[in-house]
Amino acid sequence: MSEQFEPTIVGFTCNWCSYRAADLAGMSRIKYAPNVRLIRLMCSGRVDPQFVFKALAEGADGVLISGCHPGDCHYVEQNYKTMRRFALLKMTLAALGIEDARVKLVWASAAEGNILAEEIDKMVAEVKALGPLNWKGDRRPKTEDGRVPSSVIGHRSVVEGVAV
Amino acid sequence: MGEKIGVYVCHCGSNIAGVVDVVGVAKWAEENLPNVRVARDYKFMCSSLGQEMIEKDVKDLGLTRVVVAACSPHLHEATFRNACKRAGLNPYLFEMVSIREQVSWVTKDKTVATEKSKMLISGGVRRVVHHQPLEPLFVDINPNVLVVGGGIAGIQAALEIADQGSHVYLVEREPSIGGHMAQFDKTFPTLDCAACILTPKMFTAGNHPNITLLTWSEVEKVDGFIGNFTVQIRQKARKVIADKCTGCGVCEEKCPKKVIDHMFEAGMGTRKAIYTPFPQAVPKYPVIDVENCIYYQRGTCKACEKFCPTGAIDFDQKDEMMTVQVGNVILATGYELFDARRVPQYGYGRLANVVTNLEFERLSNTAGPTSGKIVLRDGVTAPQTVGIIHCVGSRDIKYNVDCSAICCMQSLKFAHLVKEKTGAKVYNFYIDIRTPGKTYDEFYRRILDEGVHFIRGKVAEVTDAPRFPGEEGKLVIQVEDTLAGRQLRVPVDMVVLSAAMQPRVDSKEVGQKFGISCSANGWFIERHPKLDPVATMTEGIFIAGVCQGPKDIPATVSQGAAAAARVLGLIGQKQVTLEPVRASITQDNCSGCRICNNLCPFNAITFIEDRAVSDINPALCQGCGTCVSACPAGAITGSHFTNQQIMAQIEGVLFDLNVQGAREEMERVPA
Repeated sequence: MSEQFEPTIVGFTCNWCSYRAADLAGMSRIKYAPNVRLIRLMCSGRVDPQFVFKALAEGADGVLISGCHPGDCHYVEQNYKTMRRFALLKMTLAALGIEDARVKLVWASAAEGNILAEEIDKMVAEVKALGPLNWKGDRRPKTEDGRVPSSVIGHRSVVEGVAV
Repeated sequence: MGEKIGVYVCHCGSNIAGVVDVVGVAKWAEENLPNVRVARDYKFMCSSLGQEMIEKDVKDLGLTRVVVAACSPHLHEATFRNACKRAGLNPYLFEMVSIREQVSWVTKDKTVATEKSKMLISGGVRRVVHHQPLEPLFVDINPNVLVVGGGIAGIQAALEIADQGSHVYLVEREPSIGGHMAQFDKTFPTLDCAACILTPKMFTAGNHPNITLLTWSEVEKVDGFIGNFTVQIRQKARKVIADKCTGCGVCEEKCPKKVIDHMFEAGMGTRKAIYTPFPQAVPKYPVIDVENCIYYQRGTCKACEKFCPTGAIDFDQKDEMMTVQVGNVILATGYELFDARRVPQYGYGRLANVVTNLEFERLSNTAGPTSGKIVLRDGVTAPQTVGIIHCVGSRDIKYNVDCSAICCMQSLKFAHLVKEKTGAKVYNFYIDIRTPGKTYDEFYRRILDEGVHFIRGKVAEVTDAPRFPGEEGKLVIQVEDTLAGRQLRVPVDMVVLSAAMQPRVDSKEVGQKFGISCSANGWFIERHPKLDPVATMTEGIFIAGVCQGPKDIPATVSQGAAAAARVLGLIGQKQVTLEPVRASITQDNCSGCRICNNLCPFNAITFIEDRAVSDINPALCQGCGTCVSACPAGAITGSHFTNQQIMAQIEGVLFDLNVQGAREEMERVPA
C-alpha cells in the first residue's frame, strides 16, 4: 500500500441541510479534502442501504451519509428513520468485515459548512489510515506495462503512487 | 440509450476557471463520457448568451438531455430548467452539477479539482440519461395568512396583506402589539418619537376588518405545507373578558399590587398586577399577572372585579386553543437584548448608574417612569458627565460575533438626547463608527458638531474605585484611546451600555415548529442572503425584521412589506407549483407488507384493505423518499430520485474506479 493513497468517498446529502452546508462551505471558501463526491438526495431518509453497498462495490473506500440534525428534519422526523436504518446497516457492514470508520453518518445543518468540511477532513484521514477497501482489488484496466491509461485516472493516482 | 446529451461547463468568471481547467473538462467529457453529443465551456453559463447557447444546441443538435456544471443547483437550477423549457425540452431532463461550491471554492490543488469536476460531471451525465419528463404539481393556496410577532415588522406585513383583502391572523406573545419599537423614545436619524409614528399603525392593525389580533397568544403547533397550513394557537387566559372590557382603566387604578415592570419599562418602572403594558396598548384590555395578583396568592382581594363597571373580570378564565387554516406564514419574532451582566467588568447590575440602552430609552421617554428626565438612580440628580459604550456583547467572539447594526446610531442618538436634556458632557467609546444608512452619516457629523467626545477604544473596565483625585463618587471608565495611543481614565456620573441585539432564546424551538433553521448564532436563515432575504428554505414560511439578523427600523419595515409582497404574490397566483418529486407505488409489485405505512409523517400512505396493497396520496406526499428506500419489494418509485438515477450517478462519480466506465474507456482510447 502506498503512503500516498488517496481514498475516494461517496457522500449522500439531504437537499435541505447538508447539501446547503456544502454550499455554505463553498461560499465561505473553506478548503477541505477533495476526496468526497457528493450526491444530492431530498432527505437522508432516501439513503437506501443498497446505495452504500453499490458505492463500495464500485470502488469507493468509504461512504458518508449526512442529513439535518435530529429534530431539524425538513420532513419532520425522517432523519430518525435514517438513524434507525443506519444502526442496522452498520451491523451488516460489520458482518461483511467493513471497518467502522468507512461508513459514517454525520449531521450538518445548513449553517454548518465548517462542520461538514471538518467531518469530511476527519473521515478522509481515517479512511486513509485504513487503506483502500479493495473489495475486488483495483479493477481499473491496465495497459501492458501495468499502468492505468491517463484518461481513466482520477485524482487517486494523480497524486503519484497508485494504490495497490 | 441513444440519448444526446449536451454538457456545459461554466467558468463563472474566474470563480471556477481559476481553479478548474474548464476547457479540459469539457473536452474530456465530450471525448469520454457516453451519450455526450456536445460539451462546451463558457464564461457565464447563466448569462442570456450562455442560456441561448444551450437553447440553440437543443434545437440544432436535437439534444435530449442537458447537464450544466456550474454553481450549486440551489442558485441556478431554475434558470437552466427554464432555458430547456424554452428550447422545447422538458425541464426535468436537465441535471445540474455543482463544481463551484463543491470544487473550485473548496479545493486548493488545481489538478485534483479538475479531476473531481470530471467525476461529478460524469455522475450527472450518467444520471440524466435516466431522467424522465415530469410535470410540476399544483397546489391551491389558502388566502389567509399567519403573522407571528406584533412588532413593527409584523404590523407592517399584516397591514399590507390586510389592505389587499386577505385575512391575517396576527399572533403576539405579549398583551399588546408594538414590540421593541413601542419602548423607544426617539428614532434616529430624524429624532421623531417612536410612539408618534408607531401607534397609528398599531391602532389601524387593531381595528382592521381583515386582521384578527391574537395578543397574549402563542403558536403551539404547525402542520401542513405551503398553501395549506393548520396552525394551533394557544390564547393565554387574560382573566379579562375581552367582549365586555371597555379599556377604561379603573381596574388598574384600583389594583393594590405594584410590580416592577421588567418587560415594557425594562425594570425602570412599575405596573400593577392587572395591567396594560402602556397607555396606547392595542388591544386596550388588560391582563392579570397571575404570578403577582394577590387573589391568586391569598384567595382574597378581587378589587378589580369589584370596581369593574362592566363585569369583565373572570378569575376562572382558562387558556383557549384555536385552530386556524392559513396558506402562508410570516415570522417576525424580533430579538432579545443581550444581558449586559455577562460582561462583568462593565458593572451592570452591580454599579447602580450603569444602565442599558433599553433602560435609557425608558428614562428618556416622556411617557416613561421619570417622565423623560434623564436622572441617576436616585431619581433626582441629573448627570454631569455620561459615558456611552458601544458594542457591548456584539462584535466580540466571547458573546456575539455579529455587529448589531443599530448600536452606533443609537449611541449617537443617546449622546444627542443627553446633551439636549441635561447639557452634560458626553463621551462615546467606540470600536468603529458605522453609519451606512441614508442621512446617517450626516447625523454623526451633527453629533460631532454638538461637541460630543468620541474616544476610539474598547472599554476595559467601569469601576467605582477611585485611584486619582476627582474620581471619588464617580464611575471611572478605563480605556485605551487607540488613536492617541494612551490609557485614559474617564470619570463619569452615568454609563450607558449599547447592549447587542441577539436572537430570542427560543428561536431554535420556534424555527423547529415552523420547519426553518437558524444560523450558528441563532438568526433565522433566509433562502438567499442577497436575492431572497425574506423567504426561507421552507415554502410558504417567510421571515421579516430582526429575527433574520440585526437591522434598524427602516430595514425592518422594508422586510415586513417585502414578506407581505411575497405572500401576496403567491395568493395572487391562487396556486403554487411544486417540484414533482413524489413517491408512487406500483401496486402490481406491492406485497402488502405495510412496512412503508408507518414511515410517512404526512400520513400520505394508506393501506387498501380489500386489495391488500398500499397507496400513496400525491397531494400529501412531500417527496422525502424514505418509503422508497424502505420498500423490500422495490415497488415504490420516487420520481426524479429513482433508484436507477441514483445508482447511475454512483457509478458515474466513481467513473475512474468503475469497471464498466473503464471498459468503455479502454475501447475508446487505446493506451
